[in-house]
Amino acid sequence: MSFLQVNGLSARLRGAGVPLLRGVSLEVASGEVRGLVGESGAGKSMIGKAILGILPKAVEVTAGEILLDGMDLLVLPPRARRARIGATCALIPQDPLTALNPSRRIAPQIIDRLVDILGWDRGRALARAEELLGEVHIPDPVRVLRAYPHELSGGMRQRILIASAFAAEPKLIVADEPTTALDVTVQKQVLKLIAEMQARHGTALLFVTHDLGVVSKVCDRLSVLYAGLVVEDADVRSFFAAPRHAYSRALLAATPKHTDPAASLVPVPDAVIAAVQDEVAAVDRRARHG
Amino acid sequence: MQLFRAVLLRLATTAVTLSGVALIVFVVIRVVPGNPIAMMLPPGATDADIARLTAQYGLDKAIPEQFFIWASGVLHGDFGVSITARQPVLDLVLGRLPATLELSIMALVIACVLGGAAALTGTRGRGTGAEAAIDIANGVALSIPDFLWGLVLVLLFGVLMPVFHISGRVTPSLDLPFVTNFYLFESVARLRFDLWADIVSHMFLPALALAIPLAAIIGQLLKQSLKETMHLDYVTLARTKGYGENHVILREALRNAVLPTLTLVGVQFTFLIGGTVIIERLFSYEGPGEHGD
Repeated sequence: MSFLQVNGLSARLRGAGVPLLRGVSLEVASGEVRGLVGESGAGKSMIGKAILGILPKAVEVTAGEILLDGMDLLVLPPRARRARIGATCALIPQDPLTALNPSRRIAPQIIDRLVDILGWDRGRALARAEELLGEVHIPDPVRVLRAYPHELSGGMRQRILIASAFAAEPKLIVADEPTTALDVTVQKQVLKLIAEMQARHGTALLFVTHDLGVVSKVCDRLSVLYAGLVVEDADVRSFFAAPRHAYSRALLAATPKHTDPAASLVPVPDAVIAAVQDEVAAVDRRARHG
Repeated sequence: MQLFRAVLLRLATTAVTLSGVALIVFVVIRVVPGNPIAMMLPPGATDADIARLTAQYGLDKAIPEQFFIWASGVLHGDFGVSITARQPVLDLVLGRLPATLELSIMALVIACVLGGAAALTGTRGRGTGAEAAIDIANGVALSIPDFLWGLVLVLLFGVLMPVFHISGRVTPSLDLPFVTNFYLFESVARLRFDLWADIVSHMFLPALALAIPLAAIIGQLLKQSLKETMHLDYVTLARTKGYGENHVILREALRNAVLPTLTLVGVQFTFLIGGTVIIERLFSYEGPGEHGD
């Protein structure tokens, strides 16, 4: 069975009742990379946040289950859920400039989980941190471990966050648009690094992105999301050969081609949007009528 | 080296500021109505007496000349003699300054503890009734001035439930072996904890009265910065590591959120030293603030 299995996950805005996720199901096996693509606001990040237990207070989960190794996170009491997520999952955040605490040195930020949650002794954790920084190709790890975040570049910080995510040998990593905030040149290196680390550690990776080009490079399978609804779940090779859903086809056609930069961008046709919106409305009707 | 230069520069600016303040205060005091000579003499003194005394104190000279005489005295360490108390000004101030400093420091410590606790509790329970209760308490604490808090505290803990002393700095019958006027510090240094307890019992209510409004400001500002910090990415990242609310607030958010509050506390402390007058009067606490007559 897959390490992560999400079944029929629905969430909505508390109070207003606006649906954000509409019965999302997906799974990620160990050693597998699943891309999660969609437009802004489609709910990609929301799924990652729900899995990691960091949904904003305004969002409530209304149905579904999130199984980690067969155990439903949503029925666990908060403390047990936190401990379980902390021990088996990790996040590679979007913006490396804001994801490190400016007033703490790098070393404690990498090893705190190892020491506090997993009970390692400090010496061993520090040795591990040094080794990890080597793995993410950071020169002079000893100096970097003693540095404060502001002394390091954005690319360096993202490498540190990647190293930190892999520190506790998690079973699942959620990468939430990890290259969006970086320079194009650094993006490529960081992508390669994430793929390399994932392959070496055999981790299940959920890769949230809006960039289909990135998906084709690093993912094994992908889910296409529209308005919190999974419209297509396919393996990457067959998806890029022949996407099944009309919205996926339009999305793929809208991706800018590096081979022909002069070609103008193709928007997703209105008819396709209307069709997928009808689909969303139908799902909502079914949900209302039980 | 950079720090040394910064300190030097700051000291130089302070000297300029002090001269400016001295000049303005001196001129204003001399220009406003009210004749110090008339205050010193009994009613019915002759014009000749008044003229003689005025000349003796140099008050018949031009104001710039008076300022020059006073300023050169100050630069030589002579701050003059108080007209009302007929004692050297320096002795009067230095004799009572330690009492005021101790009171202000104690008030500041109490304010930081109370304000910090309010901010942490409010952040812990943000969006719930606990935060609303903290907000209301802060509002009440801030909108009642310190001397009214003083009266309320005297009534509560001095009269209805007499657990603290409400007058003076120590119990007069106690034998004080102190050489400085820093009673609180010296009692600790001499390990006389019996005296220390008596001094604290006298200081506590006036210090608390001064501290309550300040605690409200600290609590409100710190809570606000904490709440903003709690949304930042590194705090969220720490949550995914398995840490609970308390840990996240104390280790990830607090150190980054405390900066504006520290700045405020620095500024407020200077106001506190200057603002003890009424409270010292109220509690008959000896300090330069009490020397107003």
